[in-house]
Amino acid sequence: MRLLAFLARRIYQSIFVLLGLSVLIFIIARILPGDPARTALGARAPQWVVERLREDMHLNDPVPVQYVYWLRGALGGDFGISLVTRRDVANDIIEFFPASFELVLLAGIISGVAGIGLGTLSARHKDTWVDNVVRILSYMGVVTPAFVFAIILLLIFGLALGWLPAIGRLSDGIPAPPTVTGLMTVDALLAGQLATFWDALKHLIMPAVALALGALSQEARITRATMADNLSKDYIATARSLGIPERIVMGRFLLKPSLIPTVSILGLDFAGSFSNAFLVELIFNWPGLSRYGMNAMLRKDLNAISAVILVLGVIFITVNIVVDLVVGGLDPRIRLRAARSE
Amino acid sequence: MSLSAPPRLLEVKDLSVHFKVYSGVLKVLDGVTFSVDAGEKVGLVGETGCGKTTTMKAILRILPIPPAVVPRGEILFQGEDLLRMRPDQMRQVRGPGISMVFQDPTASLNPVFTIGEQLGPVIRYSAPENRGLSRRQIRQKALIPLQDVALADPERLLDAYPIQLSGGMRQRVCIGMALATNPELLIADEPGTSLDVTIQDQVIRLLGELVERKRTSVILITHSLGVVREMTDRVYVMYAGNMVEVAPTRRLFANPLHPYTRGLMEAVPKLTGGGMAMGIPGRLPSYQHPPSGCRFHTRCPHVMPVCRREKPPFFQAEAGHQAACFLYSPEAERHRNEAQA
Ligand SMILES: Nc1ncnc2c1ncn2[C@@H]1O[C@H](COP(=O)(O)OP(=O)(O)O)[C@@H](O)[C@H]1O
Ligand code: SF4
Ligand SMILES: [Mg+2]
Repeated sequence: MRLLAFLARRIYQSIFVLLGLSVLIFIIARILPGDPARTALGARAPQWVVERLREDMHLNDPVPVQYVYWLRGALGGDFGISLVTRRDVANDIIEFFPASFELVLLAGIISGVAGIGLGTLSARHKDTWVDNVVRILSYMGVVTPAFVFAIILLLIFGLALGWLPAIGRLSDGIPAPPTVTGLMTVDALLAGQLATFWDALKHLIMPAVALALGALSQEARITRATMADNLSKDYIATARSLGIPERIVMGRFLLKPSLIPTVSILGLDFAGSFSNAFLVELIFNWPGLSRYGMNAMLRKDLNAISAVILVLGVIFITVNIVVDLVVGGLDPRIRLRAARSE
Repeated sequence: MSLSAPPRLLEVKDLSVHFKVYSGVLKVLDGVTFSVDAGEKVGLVGETGCGKTTTMKAILRILPIPPAVVPRGEILFQGEDLLRMRPDQMRQVRGPGISMVFQDPTASLNPVFTIGEQLGPVIRYSAPENRGLSRRQIRQKALIPLQDVALADPERLLDAYPIQLSGGMRQRVCIGMALATNPELLIADEPGTSLDVTIQDQVIRLLGELVERKRTSVILITHSLGVVREMTDRVYVMYAGNMVEVAPTRRLFANPLHPYTRGLMEAVPKLTGGGMAMGIPGRLPSYQHPPSGCRFHTRCPHVMPVCRREKPPFFQAEAGHQAACFLYSPEAERHRNEAQA
């Protein structure tokens, strides 16, 4: 019950956040220099055609009126027509989002598992060469942008060694599975197409790893710092002094309190991956939402930009709610405090 | 061999512990020697920072390594050297052999697990026959130590988090956990120090009754000379990583020998924290550059030339009463004369 109340409250709060975000998006989109109608039609279109498109897009109305038109559409899932693809933006989003989601999800899993694993390793071997290696590598991982990793991976594994396919989601000649979730690997498994699954996974690995490395490094650093700190806490000494096996001391009594900061960072990294994916998707020619959003920005495709940003906003808010739930699940102090303040 | 006395429960010989820190090596424990017999209650006193907790953690081998190193020493528990045990053997000593109540009950309890979740594995691994028990059976058994420490409504307590308990309750839980393993030897490190005086008294009294009933041997670390007098059979006095005096409790209070012990006795009887050594001016020396010879010589009102040169061994004053001080050496007279020469 308390959980439902928490969810209801957070969703209610989120409505206002999204509304605020929509105003912001709208204003930014309108103050960008240049005429979206002209951009859409190209430099050679006659002026009267441009004028008519402006009228159709309500670009000649006062900005608040434009906002109301836009919001009314957006609430009904209608973000208008993309000025570039000439298709319904909502359809574009539905088509491109799953590819990004699959990529970011795998990157999140890789970064979470490897980040927490490396952080734990580093903390357990604190101040030894293992720790030093992990710390140096993770420092490099934090400061290097994802697109640099993408290029390096592409050059080594895609071109030089040729182990992994360099672009796209599937190889030519491999049948795509029927769309259920939109996640190629999951759909392939659901359809029992193992060859397709394997091919899709090979396409996923490089972009996912490129995207994961930065987050992974950050998570390894946070995990190491928290664990090394908690390792010297009296409750660990107490658990040990009472004869509890080391695997339980480490795997339960040290791990759970140490994961709390990592989970928060993991959530931020996950949400942030959608924007980090802009260049990674471009490099691997990955037909995802981030690449779509990037193209929309370059071409000043207002409707598409607004929709993409709004989708990212919803993702951010959702991830935050999930993080709060997980952190609350891990830390009774937060749960109890929340219960008391109600 | 067969005629020799049974081994003591615990015998620590010449134990040294150093901490390698950024600025250098802290030579904290410098040849600590002491023992506990079966059924005995031993007090350990000495001002904050003298190495009491470090000694106890070294015995349980729970010092953080690094920075800690144990360059020499023996820790014989029931005749076996703990420092030479494999980790899995050592783990079996912890709990049923030796268990410990730490200084700060709040820090000793894991904030993100319920009392039951923390007590459960303690019970499961404290005896081989408990290994295979179901969760329900373990939970049933977990009620007993909580009842032992006179906590009301133990059933509900098992599902409570530490943050939901008062300081006194947390301290009782810690004592209950440490006794749940039925240890041969209980180490109690300043139990109740963080609590207010009345609750502290209750907790100590409870601890006394429990170990009496279970016939557990005890090392009791405390700042309260009153508690020492009331609860222990023998007392060790520690200064800067050395045992400096040992005596049956009544002898120590009647006739303290070591200049440091005398200083302690002159201070107000019930002191906490750093005020322990108020009868003696000065502070604990640096562990990085400890004084040569007798580590107390920088503060001792009776210092002699030999004290700066040599480390004093234990000198026997009477049966069971020893002091690590050249004043009690058979050659004390000669040492004093050297000073005047
Ligand atoms: N992990 C550690 N790293 C460095 N120094 C330590 C560590 N633990 C204890 N010490 C030092 O050892 C000395 C003795 O500490 P401790 O055993 O806690 O004293 P007591 O329990 O008698 O108050 C102190 O000077 C303390 O700073
Ligand atoms: S050995 Fe010397 S310095 Fe040390 S306590 Fe005795 S008299 Fe004082
Ligand atoms: Mg201490």
